[in-house]
Amino acid sequence: MSDGCPTIRFTVNGQDVAVETLPMKRLLDVLREDLHLTGTKEGCGEGECGSCSVRMNGELVNSCLIPVLQAEGAAIQTVEGLAINGELHPLQKAFLQCGGAQCGICTPGMLMAATQLLAINPHPSMPEIREGLAGNLCRCTGFTRIFESVVSAASADTSNLQAQADHAR
Amino acid sequence: MRGNPHAHQLIAPGSLSAVLELMAAAPSEWTPIAGGTELMVAHAAGRLASRKLISLWGIPDLRFITLNPDTIVVGAATTFRDLRAHSGIATHLPLLAKSASWIGSIANQSRATIGGNLVNGSPAADSSPALLVYDAEIELVSVRGTRRIPYAQFHTNYKRNIMAPDELLYAIHLPLRFAHHRQYLRKVGTRRAMAISKVALAATALLEDGFIREIRLAAASLAAFPTRLYRTESALLGQRVDTNVFQPARTALLGEVTPIDDIRSSAEYRVRVAANLLEEFLKEMQSPECVA
Repeated sequence: MSDGCPTIRFTVNGQDVAVETLPMKRLLDVLREDLHLTGTKEGCGEGECGSCSVRMNGELVNSCLIPVLQAEGAAIQTVEGLAINGELHPLQKAFLQCGGAQCGICTPGMLMAATQLLAINPHPSMPEIREGLAGNLCRCTGFTRIFESVVSAASADTSNLQAQADHAR
Repeated sequence: MRGNPHAHQLIAPGSLSAVLELMAAAPSEWTPIAGGTELMVAHAAGRLASRKLISLWGIPDLRFITLNPDTIVVGAATTFRDLRAHSGIATHLPLLAKSASWIGSIANQSRATIGGNLVNGSPAADSSPALLVYDAEIELVSVRGTRRIPYAQFHTNYKRNIMAPDELLYAIHLPLRFAHHRQYLRKVGTRRAMAISKVALAATALLEDGFIREIRLAAASLAAFPTRLYRTESALLGQRVDTNVFQPARTALLGEVTPIDDIRSSAEYRVRVAANLLEEFLKEMQSPECVA
């Protein structure tokens, strides 16, 4: 049995949050249910599909596999943190332009994995893009356009990308 | 999500000593959880038996890579991403770097730890074959002190190991004496990312004038736990590397491994592929180039 609900503090997209919740509740569920950030999706719920990808302290993670207690003190970035004041992130623009989204369930995870990739490797090769997104599954067969979207974003204004990455920290 | 977060207690004492004291006070009661890439999957499926979990995430004493003159020591809560990013691992232990790169996906590698991989003890554990052929030692810790044993003696049966209920896996010690060895590691799975191995084979061998002076072979998914292939090693030790050794090596391997049929592959396929991998390594050894 649990010992009741501790208050767990962390930041989401730069905002401090404090959630009184069960330590074993998944970060995914806390984001969606407690913080109403429903951009992060649940696909498989077992770390295979990447739909629930978020960034935690600058690393890509599956939020379905994180007990929220382990997010204590962390800086979380979700898909809601990509656009700034309604201005879409270059990756979001590229996904729109290149048709990188079909049904949309994998899209937030794809965007976060791509954000992570470009944060550490601003000009990835195609094999590097494929590896960076290998943990994110699209079942609408849209991989080619997703990869093209990342290529397009990477060739866009990189100083802008960097500014957005810094903002999200 | 079939699991119930109400059904499990999770605490994060924040230091190694606090974790060890709690485990000593109630041995067998606590299940350590590091990156959660195994236990949280069980939790989601509603089959996490442990009621009390103790977090190892964020404890610096367990997450380190130390480069010594003759060893590299890796803390148990070091992630596979940490291993991939470390230049000393890439230089001195290329097989370990390679295995870290093919575990799950980037998101899994950010969280999955080498200690978790070993303690979980899957027959298919990705880091195990490399650690076995590098002659790794593991260091266990409890309030009673520490002890070191060869990693080859760690697993005792399917998902069973030699750890006492109050012990934690603390670190993995890797000797740096394989620079002149031929090194080999190959995993066969359905896909490069996210696939659990059907078969994986690792090898290190020292050649002298075309003769095998030293050899270690290890496999995943060919027995109830990751294991050295001692009989196959014996069949090859002292032999000249030429086509004459291929058949005896295959025969020894076939007599030694005990794979199973399961959802991922058949025993027959696993055995054949394992023998082919071994032959690939032997063929590579015939060439003058060192292929890692």
